[in-house]
Amino acid sequence: MIADIKDQQLLEAFQQGLTLSPRPYAELGLRIGLGENEVIERLARLKQSGLIKRLGVIVKHRKLGYCANAMVVWNIPDEQVHGFGRRISSFEFVTLCYRRPRHGTSWPYNLYCMIHGKNRGTVLEQLRVLEQVCQLSGFNREILFSRRCFKQRGAIYQNAAPLMQPALANG
Amino acid sequence: MMTPLHKQLLNDYQGNFPLSPRPYQDIATELGVSESDVIKALTELNETDVITRIGPVIPPNRIGVSTLAAIAVPEAHLHDIAQIVSACPEVNHNYEREHYFNLWFVIIASDADHLQQVITGIEQQTGYSVMSLPLMDDYFIDLSFRMDLHDC
Repeated sequence: MIADIKDQQLLEAFQQGLTLSPRPYAELGLRIGLGENEVIERLARLKQSGLIKRLGVIVKHRKLGYCANAMVVWNIPDEQVHGFGRRISSFEFVTLCYRRPRHGTSWPYNLYCMIHGKNRGTVLEQLRVLEQVCQLSGFNREILFSRRCFKQRGAIYQNAAPLMQPALANG
Repeated sequence: MMTPLHKQLLNDYQGNFPLSPRPYQDIATELGVSESDVIKALTELNETDVITRIGPVIPPNRIGVSTLAAIAVPEAHLHDIAQIVSACPEVNHNYEREHYFNLWFVIIASDADHLQQVITGIEQQTGYSVMSLPLMDDYFIDLSFRMDLHDC
C-alpha cells in the first residue's frame, strides 16, 4: 500500500511517464526529491503490493491496426456473476472484465468485457467462441462496438490531495 | 515503418519493464542491441503516437475513485457534447459506441464527493443525465495484450 506522501508523489510523477534517457529513474527522483535507489526500491514495493498492476510500454491499439473494439455486456444472475467473470477473463483476447451495477430497465447489464481485434469479423468470431465455451448463450447480451475516439489518455489517477495536475498527455 | 525492434518493444515490454538504474541498457542487452537503439526506437514509437508513455498501470479505485459513465445523445449533438465531456481533466477515455447510450467515458476523481461534483458538472454543462456504473469487481489479472504485428 501507499506508505507516505513520497509514495503518492512518486506515483503521480511516474504516471506522467518515464523519460527516454539513460537514467530515467534518477530523473523521476529529481522531480520529487528522491534518490535513484530509493525511487527503484519504492516502485518495486508498490509493484509487489499490487498497487502497480503492470509497468511498461502503454500502447495505443488503434494505431496498430486493432481498430475494432467491442464492449460486450451481459445480464447474469448475481449468484453466477463471479464464476462467469473469472472464466471470461481467462481468454487471451479479453482485455478487461468487470462487474458493474445494473441501472434500471434501460440498462440491465452487470458483467462487462472488452475485446480488441483487427476488424469486426475477428471480434465477433472471438465472442462466438467465448460464448460457446463459457455457455453464455442463454443470457441477455449486447455488443457495443466503438466508433469515434474523442479522448484516450490511459488512466491517470490523482490523489485526495492533488500535489500536481497531471499533464494531458494525449488530451 | 516498423522494425523488428519496434515490434519486440511493443509486445515484450508492456509489463515487466526493468526496475533498474539503466532499464534501456538492460532491454538492449536482452535484445542484443545498444542502449541508444532502444531509446531511439521508443522515441520513434512515442513520436508516431503508437505508445502513450512508459509508466505504471494502476488498478481502478486503488488511488482515488473512478466510474464508467454513459450518456444517450442525439447523433446531431454528439460531437459537441463529446467535446464538453473531453474537456474535463477528470475524464480520460471518451468513446462513441453503437448503442442508444452512445457516449462512454471514464471519470477518475480524488474521492466520492469530487466524483459526484464532476458528474453533476457534466450534467449541467451538457443538459443530459449521466448514467454512472462504478466498478464492483475486477476479474482481470494482466492487461498485457499480445498483438499480431506481422503486417504493420
